[in-house]
Amino acid sequence: MAESHSGGNGPASNGLGNGVLDSRVPDGPMADKWTDHKFSMKLVNPNNKRRFEIIVVGTGLAGASAAASLSELGYRVKVFTFHDSPRRAHSIAAQGGINAAKNYTNDGDSVHRLFYDTVKGGDYRSREANVHRLAEVSLNIIDQCAAQGVPFAREYGGLLDNRSFGGAQVSRTFYARGQTGQQLLLGAYQALAKQVAAGSVELCTRTEMLDLVTKDGRACGIVTRDLISGEIAAHTGHAVVLATGGYGNVYYLSTNAMACNVTAAWRAHRRGAYFANACYTQIHPTCIPASDEFQSKLTLMSESLRNDGRIWVPEQLDDARSPDLIPVAERDYYLERKYPAFGNLVPRDVASRNAKTVVDQGKGVGPLRNGVYLDFSEVIERDGHPAVAAKYGNLFDMYERITGENPYAVPMRIYPAIHYTMGGLWVDYHLMTTVPGCYSIGEANFSDHGANRLGASALMQGLADGYFVLPYTIGDDLAARLGEPVVPLSDPVFAQAVSEVNDATQRFLSIGGTRSVDWFHRELGKIVWDCIGMERTSAGLEKALSEIPALEAEFWADLRVPGSGANLNSSLEKAGRVADFFELAKLMARDALVREESCGGHFRAEHQTPEGEAQRDDENFAHVAAWEWHDTGTVQTRHVEELEFTEVALTQRSYK
Amino acid sequence: MSGTNGQASHGGTLSLTLRIWRQDGPDAPGRFHTFDAPNISEDMSFLELLDIINERLIEGGDVPIEFDHDCREGICGMCSLMINGRAHGHELATTTCQLHMRKFTDGDVITVEPFRAKAFPVVRDLVVDRSSFDRIIEAGGYISVNTGAVGDANQTPVPKEAADTSMDAAACIGCGACVAACPNSAAQLFTSAKLAHLNLIPQGQPQRWERTEAMVETMEQFFGSCTNHGECTEACPKEISLDFIAFMNRDYVKAKIKNRKLTGQS
Repeated sequence: MAESHSGGNGPASNGLGNGVLDSRVPDGPMADKWTDHKFSMKLVNPNNKRRFEIIVVGTGLAGASAAASLSELGYRVKVFTFHDSPRRAHSIAAQGGINAAKNYTNDGDSVHRLFYDTVKGGDYRSREANVHRLAEVSLNIIDQCAAQGVPFAREYGGLLDNRSFGGAQVSRTFYARGQTGQQLLLGAYQALAKQVAAGSVELCTRTEMLDLVTKDGRACGIVTRDLISGEIAAHTGHAVVLATGGYGNVYYLSTNAMACNVTAAWRAHRRGAYFANACYTQIHPTCIPASDEFQSKLTLMSESLRNDGRIWVPEQLDDARSPDLIPVAERDYYLERKYPAFGNLVPRDVASRNAKTVVDQGKGVGPLRNGVYLDFSEVIERDGHPAVAAKYGNLFDMYERITGENPYAVPMRIYPAIHYTMGGLWVDYHLMTTVPGCYSIGEANFSDHGANRLGASALMQGLADGYFVLPYTIGDDLAARLGEPVVPLSDPVFAQAVSEVNDATQRFLSIGGTRSVDWFHRELGKIVWDCIGMERTSAGLEKALSEIPALEAEFWADLRVPGSGANLNSSLEKAGRVADFFELAKLMARDALVREESCGGHFRAEHQTPEGEAQRDDENFAHVAAWEWHDTGTVQTRHVEELEFTEVALTQRSYK
Repeated sequence: MSGTNGQASHGGTLSLTLRIWRQDGPDAPGRFHTFDAPNISEDMSFLELLDIINERLIEGGDVPIEFDHDCREGICGMCSLMINGRAHGHELATTTCQLHMRKFTDGDVITVEPFRAKAFPVVRDLVVDRSSFDRIIEAGGYISVNTGAVGDANQTPVPKEAADTSMDAAACIGCGACVAACPNSAAQLFTSAKLAHLNLIPQGQPQRWERTEAMVETMEQFFGSCTNHGECTEACPKEISLDFIAFMNRDYVKAKIKNRKLTGQS
């Protein structure tokens, strides 16, 4: 905690940073804010929308839905993905479902309850107004997706089916088998394809954003590398939307896809976009434990499995018996024991931390003693094999393919893994970053989940931002710029940015060391997991802050990137991403170190209740921490946005 | 490899020989390179095996093998490969990323090639260009509802059977194994899966006939013709049924008539 110099942004207010961030949350009663604000925002006349060019980076749920919706409104949209098709984005891997306050099940759900659950689930570290808006538009999302033909699960009467999910006591989760993310993404991808066919969206595939370009402090374009030809080029627009996902791969092993990275967001950060709450990372409790050191990624099993599976470990330490030989009396169903009300359905952070506790105690199961059991024997006995197969068949098959074990016969082994990152680019109520004209939506921003995201909320937020929020808010900012041309590509700011990206590319290729990018990524991941993982301590974070720079120096001295920059070169792509992960990891450690409290996914061992639960410090930390970049080698400045809670009373979360 | 009680034995290793196709670009000549892969863990996935080979290539100063992959959990459709002549390898209903080495035998010689089809040109090594699939979707693989222009979701009931079959078809991951496995490089399974997804449900009816004609005819610009071999469904990691091709063919014939009638022609 040393970085309180002003950086021209006013004096430090409380030793934790200064509060200069304007969230632009509108006045008025919470339930009316969004409705009233939609009316008060400026509009762009339909005929004038075509005079604006918008760049969208990323084609996951947020990016594809935004690009499609903006182009339907009449804006000219250019959309970029580093994949070969928009349909590959990692939103596709979300399994469980999407929340909406439809109350179709008549069990007492409402917009207010979804809002309340999400603020509480986020451990009171999210911005109330954003969360309320999210809960409101959740209704529209389901309508939109159903109309697009998303094959949601149905009841026999033909109406939509719902199920329950962690952190909620109502059934509000809509799903399409175990492939909800896939189906929602295909819906957004198809909406985008419709606009591409209509000629109103230009789609650039296998093209990676490597820099944000600004002129006079305002975003005016991006620099990209064509991953096939290696060509580095600039693109201009009136606004830039970053929908580039989360940074879970900083841990190396995570449930993210291999290509997920922080690069677009990080390069925007280096150009002036504040990066918020970097230490808020989510561990998903139900992943398949690693099997060996060559493991390249971890696979998540849907959280919905906790509806019917019972989690336990043997009471006895290092119990090597086969699970069916361990009598019930010698098993510890630790979640049911500690949290009788929620049982196995406690929120993700609580479930994860408890798994770590029992494994650290030496009660872990499996060949590497690195998991806990998720046992379906009871539900199979009660409902029968076919009923369980109908509900979870594809998940059980996936588990068996990966582990070689049959979960109908022996309990699954699960362990937490990094899954989602709540932190990201700071955005105001309009989803604009601190760089005017640069927006961030979906997982890439920090906005709606606070310190912990509830299940089935990521899909909801990505689509809320893309379909129903950004298309309104971007108009308010663009309306004032009517008649302004885009900055021409001949402007020196573009030549300068292109030349810097070219230099960075050449730098990677010319190091000529001995180690692969993956080697460095793996080593970095171990430090980040050990020190900035499920449990953080001051000593561990200090250790990370000394070990990461040392490894980073080695990276720049001993990296080997074979091949050239003039064709497909995945080592080169990864080198840029890992270089950014090094810088991000340091920020995560600093952010975690300054936040002297435990909240949601950020658990500081020094701050826990006598029962071992997260102990918040609302007096000093009910705020967002947003970090301002200066230059390489200078520590970022920490700014704060105070969080006000007018609707939800701050209480110690309890799921007992 | 399963032991008693459905529990696997862990920790075994294999020694393998790989013959891998390498090609610098779409027009460059390609050839097989042979690699020894000793001490490969049975718990490793096929792509992790390629990771290890690449790691060794880089350490030895060579250029690693390019291959497409991303989610590594069988859903993004990015991974591909002909493994011993079979799209995604010999395991049924499995993508390459989910194919584990315990399914191979010590001493195996494994041949690895890119997906082969004129419509999927090789980009480099094992990477191919499958953007022709996007062109088929752009031709009509959507329901034209603009954001916000819809009523409450439950105002349109969908019979459960239709929703379930629609979902069976919508499970397609767009990997292209169907094309790679087909002796004619036909894309009927991919195209019919999208058509069945949208044509079976009420929301898809207004554009049904227009969609069918446009998608089928765009498909034919890129891909070969179907001669009912059924290799596609055998190779499909999501077990998309051949029945959907029959469904598409029926809809296509109807579409040729209905699209004329819709515009007032007889």
